[in-house]
Amino acid sequence: MKFPSFEYACPASLADAVALLSEEGDAMVLAGGQSLMPILAFRLAAPRLLVDLKNVPGLDTIKISAEDVRLGARVRWCDIEKHTGLSAAQPLLAEAISHVAHYQIRNRGTVGGSIALADPAAEMPGIAVTCDAEIALTGKLGERVVPAAKFFLGAMETCIQPDEIITEVRLPLWPSDRCWAFKEFARRRGDFALAGVAVFYDVDANGCAANTHIGVIGASDRPCRLGSAEQIINGAFLDATVIEAAAEAASNEIEPMEDHHAPADYRCALVKTLLERALTRAMA
Amino acid sequence: MLVKFNVNGDTVEVDVEPRVSLADCLRDVLHLTGTHLGCEHGVCGACTVIIDGEAVRSCLTLAVQADGATIVTVEGLSNDNALTPLQAAFRKHHALQCGFCTPGMITTAHALLTEEPDADAERVRDVLSGNICRCTGYVPIVEAVLEARAAYANPDKADAS
Amino acid sequence: MTSGMKRGNALIGQPIERVEDLRFLRGRGTFVADVNREGQLHAVIYRSPVAHGLLRSVDAQAALNLPGVHAVITAQDFGADVPVIPLRLQPLPELVPFRQPMLAHDKVRYVGEPIAIIVADTAAIAEDALDLIDADIDALPPITDRAGAELGDVLLFDEHGSNSAIEWNAVRGDAEAAFASADYTRRETFKVQRHAALFMEPRGFVAEWNANEEKLTVWGVAKVAFANRTILADTMALSENQIDMVEVDVGGGFGSRGEFYPEDFLIPFAARHLNRPVKWIEDRREHLLAANHARELECDVEIAATKDGKIIGLRGQSWANIGAYVRTNGSIAPRNAAQFMSGAYAIENIQLTTTSITTNKTPTGTYRGPGRFEGDFVRERLIDLAAKDLGIDPVEMRRRNLVSSDQMPYPLATMTPFESVTELDSGDNHALFDQCLAEFDWSEKVKLQGKLIDGRYHGVSIGCFIEGGAAGPSENARIVLELDGSYTVYLGSAAVGQGIQTIMAQIAGDALEVPFDRVRVLHGSTSHVKSGFGSFHSRSTVMGGSAIVLTAEALKDKIRDAVAPTLGCTPTEVTLDGGNASGPSGGVVSIMEVIGEPIEAEAAFLNKKYTYAYGSVAAHVAVDPKTGQVDVLEIGSTKDVGRMINPLTLNGQSVGSIVQGLGGALLEHLVYDKEGQLLTGTLADYLLPTAGDFPNIHSTVVELKPSPLNPLGAKGAGEGEIIPIGGIIANAVAAALVDFNVEPLELPLSPPNVWRLIETAQKT
Repeated sequence: MKFPSFEYACPASLADAVALLSEEGDAMVLAGGQSLMPILAFRLAAPRLLVDLKNVPGLDTIKISAEDVRLGARVRWCDIEKHTGLSAAQPLLAEAISHVAHYQIRNRGTVGGSIALADPAAEMPGIAVTCDAEIALTGKLGERVVPAAKFFLGAMETCIQPDEIITEVRLPLWPSDRCWAFKEFARRRGDFALAGVAVFYDVDANGCAANTHIGVIGASDRPCRLGSAEQIINGAFLDATVIEAAAEAASNEIEPMEDHHAPADYRCALVKTLLERALTRAMA
Repeated sequence: MLVKFNVNGDTVEVDVEPRVSLADCLRDVLHLTGTHLGCEHGVCGACTVIIDGEAVRSCLTLAVQADGATIVTVEGLSNDNALTPLQAAFRKHHALQCGFCTPGMITTAHALLTEEPDADAERVRDVLSGNICRCTGYVPIVEAVLEARAAYANPDKADAS
Repeated sequence: MTSGMKRGNALIGQPIERVEDLRFLRGRGTFVADVNREGQLHAVIYRSPVAHGLLRSVDAQAALNLPGVHAVITAQDFGADVPVIPLRLQPLPELVPFRQPMLAHDKVRYVGEPIAIIVADTAAIAEDALDLIDADIDALPPITDRAGAELGDVLLFDEHGSNSAIEWNAVRGDAEAAFASADYTRRETFKVQRHAALFMEPRGFVAEWNANEEKLTVWGVAKVAFANRTILADTMALSENQIDMVEVDVGGGFGSRGEFYPEDFLIPFAARHLNRPVKWIEDRREHLLAANHARELECDVEIAATKDGKIIGLRGQSWANIGAYVRTNGSIAPRNAAQFMSGAYAIENIQLTTTSITTNKTPTGTYRGPGRFEGDFVRERLIDLAAKDLGIDPVEMRRRNLVSSDQMPYPLATMTPFESVTELDSGDNHALFDQCLAEFDWSEKVKLQGKLIDGRYHGVSIGCFIEGGAAGPSENARIVLELDGSYTVYLGSAAVGQGIQTIMAQIAGDALEVPFDRVRVLHGSTSHVKSGFGSFHSRSTVMGGSAIVLTAEALKDKIRDAVAPTLGCTPTEVTLDGGNASGPSGGVVSIMEVIGEPIEAEAAFLNKKYTYAYGSVAAHVAVDPKTGQVDVLEIGSTKDVGRMINPLTLNGQSVGSIVQGLGGALLEHLVYDKEGQLLTGTLADYLLPTAGDFPNIHSTVVELKPSPLNPLGAKGAGEGEIIPIGGIIANAVAAALVDFNVEPLELPLSPPNVWRLIETAQKT
């Protein structure tokens, strides 16, 4: 499985990278390459040009501020794993990313690459959607910022234009007393999950849940929030009955894909189980 | 394209097509055939090399991406005379049978123990889950890596002597 | 029969670290992809994209026009008669119609079937040319399963008139009478899923034609180099002495690698056709389509027992989905599934039939424990079902039925056609079973049976197996005493990762009465010995090892003859000690100084009977009823191999075999869609066990009852514990889920499948 023939460019600035993408209509962006290279090896894509971002400055930083957490597009899974501040500033992210792939892949695979690939079972897009993240893109017309909820259009499908490059993922401020959990189920360690759920909520003055966010991966063609389950949690005092009701609602709300890894009804049951376990964990 | 990098202590310059993977470059151009290709789609780990101190799948890396990098392959871990403590532990525990996945196991374990000489069994299994072995059932590999930790805790002993 | 081992166990039985490891650990092995020849070209295979169809034409012009492409070879280049792959084993006339052509010409019968071979300057260019090949195929409806095959409205082989290729029958005693008189019977249907050996080094060849000498050299052969040389000579119209098959390091075999595949012919053919060395390295995607698949079997089997749990009969019908063609060893698994279903148990009356059914899937062949894994799944499940029905403890049920030592040798069912009669050679099943129970701490763990702890149900099970080994007819060895006093052992056996360089040197060292480091072992290649049979059916240690013992005796006799005149005594009075020889009067001479030139002997060990290693395996699992996840908390095995050559490598075989079995029981599945397309065509989809999956595996190997069939007393033990794993894991899952009354009858026990069993059980 040898790669198809392509040209390779390694621009030194974002502007140059965008210009290369604009000039060569049949180009793809290369960051860590951990998804792109298998795609090329199977010849599922055969671009004329690969634009490597490795020399583009500023894309590999993790910035934690009073307003948000900003992950540069070239931030790798191992960077998130080793970062000392993220487990406090964005614990849901840190937990979810600990499930991504394997050691060697984690040394190369990037936030931007995962967002751009838009695998429905991938953790990073799921966290972006769950957390109301914004995705910053730069193209020939300048920068635009797209809410994660509008970014993913389907399996392996996003709103990125051919001349655009993801530069940053912005995750909103995370209150330190927030309740949260991440649960996924994969066949083996590091595999894409058959399904996963990310959950957080805040506790109001009455001890009830508010601002509930429940995201699911692997259960439809793109990561999504589960509004019916969120509604049941919001304003409720969490107990086993509420959790059961929310999990049931989640299971009814999703319309999972069916493939050789798992039938649809199994995925429905799995999401229910995972959400029960996540909510139980979140309130503990 | 002309690419220059350091492999196992030697600076080399090679002229490769952009589409050539680092694995193929190491094997076919530089004749470092210890790096093996078991799947060419980033799952089996046999092609693992160490780039700038980090374990990486060389089948998912282009040679041109490695320009300026420092690369260590399995051939670079031992000198002519002896096995390293890690390699000796593999042999002692019979942590290899056919030997095909072995270079990737060795490079991965070396990178891990260099960074985390106190890795526990759970961490070793977690890290090695990106390397497929069809022969051993992994039990002896994990035993070997755990035994080799002592040498990495005292770095002077991690090289072949 | 323990001659030739006078010095006892100086090397044999010792956990000697392998000589192979020194090169593998430092990246200095030579695998076939590491072989390069001056001026070589690279080949890729154009494979059928559809499962079933009439091949009208192949247009290769665009591919030929691509710069760097040297040739596109299709079946037309073979002339009127397209060569076919012969049957290495059980070459019955009724199987002749099902042999695979080296390239498809009139019909394609599975996705991945070779249609053309492209030869180019680089593998990348050859792959570029793949897209430019235009094969005109009129698609036919594909047959993917037994039901479709039995309809018979679509035939893979029109001239045959049926999709059933052959029926195999295993018979012992009088099953009809036994079932008529039985207190208890139970009949169930079982399914084992298609999976594969999936060794880690993809296949590959480098072939070079020397036009001046009219000689062909092929690197990359494995397992059965001599048999493949015969096939290659026949199909390329060469004599065997024009061909040298070179075995380099081999990255795993497990039955699948080394059999004669189309590429074994295509690459040498291309090399001669172009008069250039040609290299082909299989990629992983094509490996999943092209290398033998295995295991797919449906069974409808009935057990008969007395009310106190004595099994008196097994009968039924199985259907092996063998894929599109009968390959070299394609009959083994269907036959074994019937002949060895009784396993280690004394079941007096057997009538089992397996039908080999052709479908539009990749052809099947042997994979470690062929047919035995499948048959043991059925038997071990039936024993637990019967024990439950009869109210007998499953441990006690097994004890009552194991073949006892005073029944040895114990004949198994006789297989026809291509009659095979075999018997268990020796053993003490009961002692080993009890040892396994004790080592596993069964009496404590069984208290967890069916218990819900932290959200998971616990279950334990134990089962027993036999492992056939030491297939004949013979193996050859040649030993040379070199000028420097070292010994070179040339052997017909092949290395597939099992460490035979080390093991054979241990045997040779003891047989020659010299230290380990005085012996060098060369093996596998056709140039080393006159003939050879290779490595399959757990035969290398017994067959190759015994050949070494006999050859060492012959060589020592020759040396004694040669030095006796100098020592002034008769040859029988000569004592050999390393490089020296001495006579009764005390004179000592250097052997080499007396002889002055290398001296050698060659001998063959002949054997018609199989050895049977045997053992027990116990498992402890925990099942999450919500996700269907089966966690294997512990596996413990105990096995008797008669005589152990190297406990380090032997235990390695056991643990590795168990984990492979767990892959087959829980993870691995080659899934096809209704169109005959393989859906699990990557290693991200075909799930192999990884380091995180099964951490707690241990094995014990003992020397309880030597085999009476060879001078070592050894039994083949390379396949072993994989054999009962499917049945044992299914029994443990059933035990864990006893509250749900779940009885698994199909593999794999994947989370969705286990979840489905629980859901279905709860609804009924």
